[in-house]
Amino acid sequence: MAERGPARARAALFVASLAVAILAAPGLVRAGSGGKLLATDGATQLEGSGGGGLVPWAMITGNETEDGVGASAFATGIFVDDYQLSSFGAAVGLFDRIELSFAHQRFEIQSLDQRIDQNVYGVKLRAFGDLVYGKLPVVSAGMQVKHNLDFELPEALGARDDWGIDAYLSVSRVFLDAVAGRNLLVNANLRMTRANETGLLGFGGDKDDDYRPVFEGSAALFLTRRIALGYEYRQKTSGLDAAGEDDWQDVFVAFVPSHHVKIVASYVRLGNIAGSDRQDGAYLSLQGSF
Amino acid sequence: MRGTPLARSLSLVVALAALLALAGCVQLGWDDRSLYVQLGEKPGIDQLVDRFIRELARDERIRGHFQGIDIRRLREQLAFYLCERSGGPCRYEGAPLREVHRHLGVSEADFNALVEDLIDAMEGLDVPTPTQNELLALLAPEQVEIVEPRRAWWR
Repeated sequence: MAERGPARARAALFVASLAVAILAAPGLVRAGSGGKLLATDGATQLEGSGGGGLVPWAMITGNETEDGVGASAFATGIFVDDYQLSSFGAAVGLFDRIELSFAHQRFEIQSLDQRIDQNVYGVKLRAFGDLVYGKLPVVSAGMQVKHNLDFELPEALGARDDWGIDAYLSVSRVFLDAVAGRNLLVNANLRMTRANETGLLGFGGDKDDDYRPVFEGSAALFLTRRIALGYEYRQKTSGLDAAGEDDWQDVFVAFVPSHHVKIVASYVRLGNIAGSDRQDGAYLSLQGSF
Repeated sequence: MRGTPLARSLSLVVALAALLALAGCVQLGWDDRSLYVQLGEKPGIDQLVDRFIRELARDERIRGHFQGIDIRRLREQLAFYLCERSGGPCRYEGAPLREVHRHLGVSEADFNALVEDLIDAMEGLDVPTPTQNELLALLAPEQVEIVEPRRAWWR
């Protein structure tokens, strides 16, 4: 069952890199020369969209502006008491307007010696606005199409579907010289979802089979232009009678040594997951981008 | 990581608050002097402008935009502009920025490159981060005056 995951992941990564190569190679567009301000493209969140750690942000991934095609790749690990979640993938940012992303996730349940794999295909459209300049914040709409590849356990818990679509609206803005002379990034999302534990426990369920609105928010303060401290909150709801779930939170430190590298380390609190309480632990993420 | 949930959230909040307070105080973030004074008045601004122009001249991304222009005049106007905008006793008498940059085709990327050169210049002169950010916040609204409007509807 789990063998399908890596094969699909490789296929999608191949398609993504091919797309970048085709667009960039003949010099049709600028690529790799950069263009965005340092750190303003964000990191990659655990489902593969450009963002913070737990939640997407409204910016389009990659370093390119309206004149170019940028891209990013990431690897993330979350290590809590009874579970481990690893996620990796890649994304392209087209003309600072459209972001296409892919992530492969592996959720490991240590006590059962079981794992659940999931693929997430993302698209994000920047509607208007800018993170730093002009009057309006950057506002985007996005979708994450998720396919759970190991549905036996979620189904046994009461989930209805092995795939689902999350849709979200995202607003992000940097306020310069906002707190103690530091720049502050603020983000808020509204997500519509049927996912249980972001889809790792399937979609819909015996308790609630409908779409549910959830709120997500982030704040990050840039102590210097390369180091930010932040907090994230992700509201969550469960459609399963057998497995309630809690809102997720984290405090993070992000380090941006260059236009091409971002390192995020955080302390996450994931609450109850599938009957195991107080899942706290570490989140580590590395992103490369151009 | 064990303890009551309340105790753990409290310790988290305290740790975060301590870090923020540290960030605010380490570099005397609460500098209430005018930006002009923080930048070192006229001599400081002249020094910053010199350094900034040196960074621009070195920057392969945008140096082309400055080919064949009168650098001495640029230096002078820039210094007057920064002096006046930061609250100093100067008068910028050049044309409005929108006019100066019209038809130059300055892209978003060009503008960001320029901002990074300005930050590099300030870093090079050890200008404290809060002072840097105060200047950037002051100049950021000019971006829409300087950057060429988007060229295609679908972008």
